[in-house]
Amino acid sequence: MIDPVALFLLLLSASTPILFAALGELVVERAGVLNLGVEGMMIVGALSGFATAYYSGNAFLGFAVAALAGALVALPFAILTQFLMSNQVASGLALTLFGLGLAALFGKPVEGVKAPTMAAGPLGLNWIVWLGLAMVPAIWWFLNRSRPGLILRGVGENHDAAHALGYDVRRVRLAAIAFGGAMAGIGGAFISVATVLQWTEGMTAGAGWIALAIVVFSNWTAVGVLAGAWLFGGVTVLQLRLQAAGVRVPVQLLSMAPYLATIVVLVAISARQKFSRRSGSAAPGSLGQDFHALR
Amino acid sequence: MGIGKSYPGVRANDDVSFAVEPGEIHALLGENGAGKSTLVKMIYGLVRPDQGQMVLNGQPHQPADPRAARAAGVAMVFQHFSLFDALTVAENIALGMENPPPRRQLSARIAQVSQDFGLPLNPARRIVTLSAGERQRVEIIRCLLQNPRLLIMDEPTSVLTPQEAELLFATLRKLADQGTAILYISHKLEEIRTHCDCATILRHGRVVDSCDPREHSARTLAAMMVGEEMRLIDRSGRQAGEVLLQVKALSQPAPTAEGTALKAVALTLRAGEILGIGGVAGNGQDELLAALSGEIRSAPGTVLLEGADLSRLGPEGRRTAGLLAAPEDRLGHAAVPDFSLADNTLLTAGARKKLVRNGLIDRPAARAYAEAVIRAFDVRTPGPGTAAKALSGGNLQKFVIGREVMQAPRVLVVNQPTWGVDAGAAAAVRQSLLDLARSGAGVIVISQDLDEILELSDRFCALNEGRLSDPRPTEGLTLDQIGLMLGGAHGMEVAHL
Repeated sequence: MIDPVALFLLLLSASTPILFAALGELVVERAGVLNLGVEGMMIVGALSGFATAYYSGNAFLGFAVAALAGALVALPFAILTQFLMSNQVASGLALTLFGLGLAALFGKPVEGVKAPTMAAGPLGLNWIVWLGLAMVPAIWWFLNRSRPGLILRGVGENHDAAHALGYDVRRVRLAAIAFGGAMAGIGGAFISVATVLQWTEGMTAGAGWIALAIVVFSNWTAVGVLAGAWLFGGVTVLQLRLQAAGVRVPVQLLSMAPYLATIVVLVAISARQKFSRRSGSAAPGSLGQDFHALR
Repeated sequence: MGIGKSYPGVRANDDVSFAVEPGEIHALLGENGAGKSTLVKMIYGLVRPDQGQMVLNGQPHQPADPRAARAAGVAMVFQHFSLFDALTVAENIALGMENPPPRRQLSARIAQVSQDFGLPLNPARRIVTLSAGERQRVEIIRCLLQNPRLLIMDEPTSVLTPQEAELLFATLRKLADQGTAILYISHKLEEIRTHCDCATILRHGRVVDSCDPREHSARTLAAMMVGEEMRLIDRSGRQAGEVLLQVKALSQPAPTAEGTALKAVALTLRAGEILGIGGVAGNGQDELLAALSGEIRSAPGTVLLEGADLSRLGPEGRRTAGLLAAPEDRLGHAAVPDFSLADNTLLTAGARKKLVRNGLIDRPAARAYAEAVIRAFDVRTPGPGTAAKALSGGNLQKFVIGREVMQAPRVLVVNQPTWGVDAGAAAAVRQSLLDLARSGAGVIVISQDLDEILELSDRFCALNEGRLSDPRPTEGLTLDQIGLMLGGAHGMEVAHL
């Protein structure tokens, strides 16, 4: 029999990478930018965090560097889309491919080595797990109660109006994109530094795409993102347990289960929201649109 | 003051000087494209002047951005609302303030101001759920909370019902009595005459006159705006020729749930004739235009041009045959907003003007045709490469009508040709339709503006719930009689009950 408490603690760990990445992307999209490069920023964070932790022996330093690296690698995307008016979808996809390639290239020296161990926090959980949980109310408060959050939502909702009121749309979006990169970097580093304790090429395995999907289906709310991340983490833990228990289901199907379950449940939820017509879609009004001042 | 601003290809403001006194409602009057909006954008810090200076309360006024302008005491209500749909009223107002108080205090202040000025508003409502008048209230209260010394209103009544407009003017008068200076932009002459103390008139980016609008008639104001005594429409030189277009027993189910079915519509149109079709909106105008243009195909034998049956042809086929149409919605139906004017000519003039060769677009020809339309119809724009959506309503309407007229159609059908267009552009559009008829074409004008129909057309039909009345000569027809024609079918149906 599986202990539900232990299972829940494992769930918290398993959902952390996606929670970080999705919360970051949530802020980016509320500012009106669609950054499809989450996967690329995560993998860059995973490598830089792991390498820093390995060479310095300090895992926390690894997370700090991962956040910085995630923000840095998001910067070209920000410049391309906000200042050079490139298409956001194409630039985001390029960022994913760029990140994956970059990490694969520079990851060769640290292949096969083991990460330093981290001191555990309360309940035997990693401190980063707690940080991720704390980020949920923090981001909710930032978006819905703070003045900078209001400006950020205004920019995402109607960038022309925000510009007419005198807000610097591009600066707000630049900051949001950098924040999203940092969060994705931490999420990626959690996989390599705190979960797998190794570096392997492509180890984020599509988590960035799941994070993107969760943001949409959460109807752009922090609590919705948490629910989506837990769903994914929960099925991940469950299928690992089932694999360990030797259930006679092909491993490929079990490994696929978290992705499949998350998408199916989220689609069902958002379909119900559409049919009930209660609130409609909460997508930010200017999401993915280019902003030209002086139009 | 002498302010100047140039845009590429257009000098928007040239050596503009005027002064607004505290407690005064000052009208800024001018046609579309006369430079009114550019001028107030400079005052509000959205655009910087190339030359000249502004003075506010004795201090030089050089706002680097709207925040600086707001800090100096300038507030502005935009023509197109600058609100955030998904946010609440209170959040929208907070975004428009420099240092908003905490949420509860802000809500209390909003309630206070809305009570003082008789503008009821619930701070917790989302903008999406508000009507146009309520949305404008949000903008006004956003301005009022900053105690502005100068309040700029950019065409505020264009989206309001008459009742809402009256409420707005009462509010403005209250504000002016408290010493606020109000700069009021509009091209609605009557409301300026009744409500404004002073008017500055702009034409082609220059100040041409300033006056007390209460002492002038709407006609003289319009003349100042357009720059000449309003041209009287010249109806001469036309004579009815052979029958061009025949519509026989055209019936059509409603294309959409909200649409109107056409019921046995019949009409004949002769060469050199203008037929006016009037009616209250939603009585089948759009459907009739679609049935004539070919967007909706009808039963065989219902639409005939010079004896040839066009009923089963689509728009392109009918255009080739010489039946052209200009729909009411100029942005989205008559023109693609993001296309350049040159590309927009291709939409309807591709075949008749040979802008497409061997399946390829002849770009120089399209450009040349767009340039010809721009010249002939005095469209104010930098050139044929400009996107359609960048043109003001009147200028785009001139372009859309010009694009059809210059293809020399046999029959042209237009719906609401001067809707939302200022007086000068409307006169130009009407004259071009008359000139087209004089050259031997037939014109059908569908309009809700009865004065326009009386001015243009030789015969008049009323469209009522998809039924077209028998035509009557407009000579000697009074507005009262037209009113009876428009209501006529209603009266009969009541009688049948």
